[in-house]
Amino acid sequence: MTNKIDQSWLLESATFSRPVIREIQRAAREGIYDIRGFGAKRVLPTFDDLLLLGASMSRYPLEGYREKCDTRVTLGTRFAENPLIIETPITIAGMSFGALSAQAKEGLARGATEVGTSTTTGDGGMTPEEREYSRLLVYQYLPSRYGMNPDDLRKADAIEVVVGQGAKPGGGGMLLGQKISDRVAEMRDLPKGIDQRSACRHPDWTGPDDLEIKIQELREITDWKVPIYIKVGATRTFFDVQLAVKAGADVVVVDGMQGGTAATQDVFIEHVGIPTLPAVRIAVDALKDLDMHRNVQLVVSGGIRSGADVAKALALGADAVSIGTAALIAMGDNSPEYEEKYNELGTSAGFYDDYQDGQDPTGISTQNPDLGKRLDPDIAGRRVANYLRVMTLELQTLARAAGKTNVRNLEREDLVALTVESSAMARVPLAGTDWIPGI
Amino acid sequence: MKFDLAGQGVRELNRFLHGPDSQGSVVKVDNPSGSHNLAVGALQNCQVTIHGHVGYYCAAMNQHAEITVRGNAGPGLGENMMSGTVRVQGNASQYCGATAHGGLLVVEGNASSRCGISLKGMDIVVGGSIGHMSAFMAQTGRLVVCGDAAESMGDSIYEARIYVRGKVAGLGTDCIEKAMEDEHLNELEELLDRAKLNYSAKEFKRYGSARRLYNFDVDNASLY
Repeated sequence: MTNKIDQSWLLESATFSRPVIREIQRAAREGIYDIRGFGAKRVLPTFDDLLLLGASMSRYPLEGYREKCDTRVTLGTRFAENPLIIETPITIAGMSFGALSAQAKEGLARGATEVGTSTTTGDGGMTPEEREYSRLLVYQYLPSRYGMNPDDLRKADAIEVVVGQGAKPGGGGMLLGQKISDRVAEMRDLPKGIDQRSACRHPDWTGPDDLEIKIQELREITDWKVPIYIKVGATRTFFDVQLAVKAGADVVVVDGMQGGTAATQDVFIEHVGIPTLPAVRIAVDALKDLDMHRNVQLVVSGGIRSGADVAKALALGADAVSIGTAALIAMGDNSPEYEEKYNELGTSAGFYDDYQDGQDPTGISTQNPDLGKRLDPDIAGRRVANYLRVMTLELQTLARAAGKTNVRNLEREDLVALTVESSAMARVPLAGTDWIPGI
Repeated sequence: MKFDLAGQGVRELNRFLHGPDSQGSVVKVDNPSGSHNLAVGALQNCQVTIHGHVGYYCAAMNQHAEITVRGNAGPGLGENMMSGTVRVQGNASQYCGATAHGGLLVVEGNASSRCGISLKGMDIVVGGSIGHMSAFMAQTGRLVVCGDAAESMGDSIYEARIYVRGKVAGLGTDCIEKAMEDEHLNELEELLDRAKLNYSAKEFKRYGSARRLYNFDVDNASLY
């Protein structure tokens, strides 16, 4: 029997903390880097570091539940014959069938449709269920081109050319063999059970000049009907956004480093890219510099969790946001309801990030049919819809408090920063001062 | 049906090819002048002949149409084709047949680098030689090369089959030469016949995946 010792006097190394020691020893034992899902877990500057200024003597607030505060947004007004009209500025981000179960994809589609917003396909193509249950479906055009075909392209309500994502800008993807079911293999034209590498670069264009022609190709094939988005991971955001506009995007999607993933090296997730907070401000600056702000719409994503996050992103100049991880959590990901099952996998609710291994007890990030059955798409859809409604109500609450009849009337002037870092990144004054570092 | 691109726009041509009226039609396109995105997303059984050189992505995502280019083609010729036949009487630039799922693409001259990159089921027959990194990550489908192949052919290839008649400057990671069985000779004869190229299948060698990279193994780290 081990005698318990008093640990209160023990000093843990800040450099070699217990998680660091554990990871070094795991790496030494297994000889391979850690691949996982979820998104960045490190502490980063976020929208929590900003505050909204409500109305007072110089601004008139709007009456809650009575005076209208419009949340409708139109995306893709630049060239498309049929822009996307969404009833709330919160959309569902691209996540693949393969990474997620068919039930999860259907749940996301049902939830988005219920509140009048869009959902997005992912690496692996468009499933019939997803199309059926999504009133507005954005079809991703990815480097792997898994499942890409002109019939689905023409069924899409918008096309999103994915250059990169926040969790791994500059990186491709890997769907490990254990998640390659017969259906996933067939959709991707690869044998069952092998690791499926998603390329990091598009196979048939390099650089923005080529991309301009590529976008024209997609417009020609779809007869110029639907908007074309370009999605980039947040890195050199100012230049990327300007090049996306030059290439002819109707909408630019900027995904900050808190953006989620189904499977990426931990070192990539935690050490590449910039947080969503500065990325929004830089993207807006880039659009304003071209006099294209509001002409080309900006969608931001990466760690959006609440109506407050949405309000602050819109105040910085975004037109809409996308959620991914938060939508999975709304469906039940990391729920304490599955604590026992999580324990069997050596983890705990709130910590689960092994989306890559296909054993998700909630039935969300899996291709195991038995696990997938645990997720009822109808219930999952209702949860997503409820969550989107709550976020929208929170957003309206904050916008009304700032005296706005439309959530997109929130502006940078409505914000202050709590920290020097967030003040510098968002270029809004430190609370109680008129000081912005670097200005 | 005639389109003279000296006066008409690319959009006019493509809209016609997307509509029901193009079914069974014979379309002549003059003065392409290297325009991009010609005959993209064609949907019907029809015959399209383009008299001159074409730019990027000609015949991309083709379904059913038989498209002939009497000239050279720019990058991305026949990318993501689903079915039908595309024939270029001259040379083709980079990434011809990229990610294509079905149909037949014939380049009578040479094809530049990354020919058949990420191929997903289509057949490509090149009368001349191909550039470097061709059939990179090619998943399934067949690439026939009647001339030579440049460096790193078939790098990270999956289940696609490559047949080369001439010299191969170098194989990419995990691509190896494989035995020519009767099955392969037969399918190659049939492909050469469809492409109207008069070579004997017996002159070719076959290449494909060693399948060592199908599941990540740290002991193969030096190969990546």
